[in-house]
Amino acid sequence: MRTSRTGRELRRKTPEELLREVQAEEAASGKGHLKIFLGYASGVGKSFRMLDEARRRRERGQDVVVGAMQPKLPAEVEPLLQRLEVLPLKAVGDGTAMDLDTLLHRHPSVCIIDGLAYDNPPGLRNPTRWQDVEDLLQAGINVIASINIQYIAELREQVEAITGKHVDQTVPLSFIQSADEIEIVDAPAEAPLERSPDEQVQIQQRQERLSKLRELALVVTADIVDSQLNDYLERHGIQQHFGAHERILVCITPRANLREMMEFAHIIAQRFHGELIVAYVRQANISPEDQSALDARLAIANAAGAHVEILEGEDPAETLLDFARSRGITQLFVGHSQRGGLARLKGSPLDKLIWEGRGMDVCVFPQ
Amino acid sequence: MTEPQRGKLKIFMGYAAGVGKTYKMLEEAQALKAAGVDIVVGYFEPHGRKETIAKTEGLEILPRQNIPYRDSVFEEMNTEAILARHPQVCVVDEFPHTNVPGSERSKRWEDVEVLLAAGIDVLTTMNIQHLESLNDHVWQISGIRVRETVPDWVVEQADEVVMVDLTPRALLNRLQRGVVYEREKAERALQNFFREQTLVALRELALRQAAHEVEHRIVDEEARLLPSDGAAAGSRKHHRILVLVSADPKTAMIIRRAKRVSDFLGAECFAVAVQPTGDLSSLAAADREAIEHHLNFARNLHIETRILEGDDVAAALVDFGRRNQVTQIFLTRPRRKTWSPALSRDPAQKVIGLAKDMLIVIVSDREPVAQ
Repeated sequence: MRTSRTGRELRRKTPEELLREVQAEEAASGKGHLKIFLGYASGVGKSFRMLDEARRRRERGQDVVVGAMQPKLPAEVEPLLQRLEVLPLKAVGDGTAMDLDTLLHRHPSVCIIDGLAYDNPPGLRNPTRWQDVEDLLQAGINVIASINIQYIAELREQVEAITGKHVDQTVPLSFIQSADEIEIVDAPAEAPLERSPDEQVQIQQRQERLSKLRELALVVTADIVDSQLNDYLERHGIQQHFGAHERILVCITPRANLREMMEFAHIIAQRFHGELIVAYVRQANISPEDQSALDARLAIANAAGAHVEILEGEDPAETLLDFARSRGITQLFVGHSQRGGLARLKGSPLDKLIWEGRGMDVCVFPQ
Repeated sequence: MTEPQRGKLKIFMGYAAGVGKTYKMLEEAQALKAAGVDIVVGYFEPHGRKETIAKTEGLEILPRQNIPYRDSVFEEMNTEAILARHPQVCVVDEFPHTNVPGSERSKRWEDVEVLLAAGIDVLTTMNIQHLESLNDHVWQISGIRVRETVPDWVVEQADEVVMVDLTPRALLNRLQRGVVYEREKAERALQNFFREQTLVALRELALRQAAHEVEHRIVDEEARLLPSDGAAAGSRKHHRILVLVSADPKTAMIIRRAKRVSDFLGAECFAVAVQPTGDLSSLAAADREAIEHHLNFARNLHIETRILEGDDVAAALVDFGRRNQVTQIFLTRPRRKTWSPALSRDPAQKVIGLAKDMLIVIVSDREPVAQ
């Protein structure tokens, strides 16, 4: 099925080339490489995975130092920890903190940090541990760290709604997104339960809460991967999108049944964990009735909390399609007004959307 | 009740060879064995990977069966031997594998079904690219038509789907160190799936699918716990999806897409063909075979199928939709850009004109991204 194109042959890179490229970029920047293990609850095995990677790197001859560990450790990580160089936390006032100065001085190749979301006691260089990590990266030290999603600032509300527990110390999502690599540590919800058996109903409720956290963690990771993919495609001048992330574009026209379209678009976006975008093409010489119909629909979209993209272009269909392609739209929602008037279908802007919207599903709503 | 309680199925889902699915599965097998569970390895594919092979140490591995085909002898999982041995848990690598002709069942996931039905729990592995409803997506991303697919319902009925994650960079690193494949095989692997952007996109698909599998199980569990009165069911609008089946090769694409959307919406899905005689007898052999093939394909995905009687495809389709409270009709994109509606044999335009109360979805022609 595959056709071999000479152009493709020339552009194809081997993993060796890819790695060299990334490593060269990093070396040029002088910054350390940040890898984050993301979990959805304590007990899924983040620490184990992270320390296992530390062990393997050490066996491959890398200079690895454990910069910070959680106060309570699962039994299975002890043997791993014993084979690694661990720098204890230092006491500061009533609290403890990672010993940043010693780490910067010791300057290992790789620093392991279990638990990113800690505030430092007052009086230190940085108020939080993740800022300490930034200093390590700036100094050219590679960092492998772990965090649970409940400690990501932007997810706090969502997580609190699930768990009912308030978390004080958080890390901004932008810091997590800045990681060069992010890996999810997934396990079914019952795995962490083995640690503390409870009563049946409570177990079920807890399991459901954990499943919701797990889903959130998977979606957050997918979103970060998606933005990294888009960065990659942009950097390499690849125009096309892969459609791994559903993106829905609702097109506002004067007679569109927007309420129904928005309602359905919300459902689709929610079920597919997709992105919802609303747009309309500004038109010159629009009749007063159409203008007020359009305004009413814009109000509906705004009321639904949607950000409406206002597009400019001579040909409305072309303009929408160009916009849709640039945003990697996978589903285009359009209303259809020329019901019954079959002869008028041909050549209308909506007709063009329907038949030329290649690369995306075109969903035509009755109105 | 003579039937045993059905075994539990756990799938370790990855996005490429080498992410560590088998390793993770064997790690769990070792933990189960240490906990005193009676566990055997029914099928294991070593791929010459040392760390993975080491993980089988101490596990009981059942011998494979030899199946002669043409001039060679192939080794397949010996399902009957596993049934006879009847362990509590069985490890079965490479869930989407197609058995050599002459085997009792054509697919390994069908062998696994037999084990589950006999009350044996199964741990298994698969990559996201083998999920049937993502076949066109994967083609779009990688330029590869995956032939060995697993229907979505098989994965959906698994008790657990666990994402085995590894960053593409770590995977490329492994590949470079020769951990994943031996040298010459690695060269071949580079030709297809192992491009960085392909890996990233497949990884994203796998993460989103894993999230969907988790959500699907939460919804199921909630439905099980809630009393089944109409109140809960009525609070959500019910979606019904109708797919038009024709001889057009793009029909498989819309069936997959419709199935995927129905699964995510919790909708019912029908696939219908429309013929003047109400059966396929009046068609030329090639068209008849194509339509039969598509109807079979739909049925294998657990979609209800029917052949409607009617001279006018669009009218029969819309009429059926109305009588069955269909909310969406899925159609292929017409072949020609412009045409005379009166002369057009393509029903899409007419369906849009007729179906005033249904959403019409013209499904994208997914084509490989030029790379």
